[in-house]
Amino acid sequence: MNTGPMLLATIGMIAAIVVTATAGDILIASALRQIGDLDVIRARHGLTGAAAAVVTNSRFGLGVVFLALSFFSLLYGLSHRDLSLIGPAATSLTFVTNAIAAKIFLGENVDRRRWTAAVFVCVGVALLAF
Amino acid sequence: MTFRRYLVLAVVTLTASCGDTFLSRGMKSLGPVSLAHPAELIQAIFSPWVGAGIVLLIGFFASYLTALSFADLTYVLPATSLGYVIMTVLAKWWLHEHVSTWRWLGVLCITAGVGFVTRGPSRTEHPAALAKPPEAVQTSVEEAWR
Repeated sequence: MNTGPMLLATIGMIAAIVVTATAGDILIASALRQIGDLDVIRARHGLTGAAAAVVTNSRFGLGVVFLALSFFSLLYGLSHRDLSLIGPAATSLTFVTNAIAAKIFLGENVDRRRWTAAVFVCVGVALLAF
Repeated sequence: MTFRRYLVLAVVTLTASCGDTFLSRGMKSLGPVSLAHPAELIQAIFSPWVGAGIVLLIGFFASYLTALSFADLTYVLPATSLGYVIMTVLAKWWLHEHVSTWRWLGVLCITAGVGFVTRGPSRTEHPAALAKPPEAVQTSVEEAWR
């Protein structure tokens, strides 16, 4: 198991990925909610129409910037730690932070079932550190 | 939820896990990157494995956007949780990483925990959104297209 400075560095790497990914996911989900169902838009306006609706949304652009930051944090993390630790830990912790942020910022109905899932994920992430 | 929508979720799952595995394969072959030389991260993009991983992650992003346009964020993420298992299997059998029993239990716990979320509703219906006529969506798309 990781100890001391190595553990702190691992936590820092995972935290950087989680924070930037959460911001990116929330911004992009919010943008897609503004835009509407892409399948419906594609049926009416074609693929280019759907693409135009997405890329011209400013909230989507800001979300992409955060996801890019998350991507480079992931690359950095993968160059120092195992994929089987960084990958599941970062993405599953992002699930938990996304559930909290989606309830606060997007007004999503995060019911008991979804919160229970978040607890299972936390336990799973704790096990990944061993 | 239609079959087509479940297919979109499957594509999200596969492209994300395979894309991350490709990135890991590429970054391991390049060696540790120092914070003192951040340009090495940019150079890494042009290595074959990292490049292939990025292509898969572009596919992931397109399918992820499609999924987010018809379902909640808190539905899409757990619904695609099988990717954790695929990623761990690939890390173990292809990248030959050591995956301890505890990590396997952790992956199983994550998957079990989030998997049953898919039984619930995929979308939170807001009163404002329900009241919004389809023409409003169409108009905003036409404005974007102009």
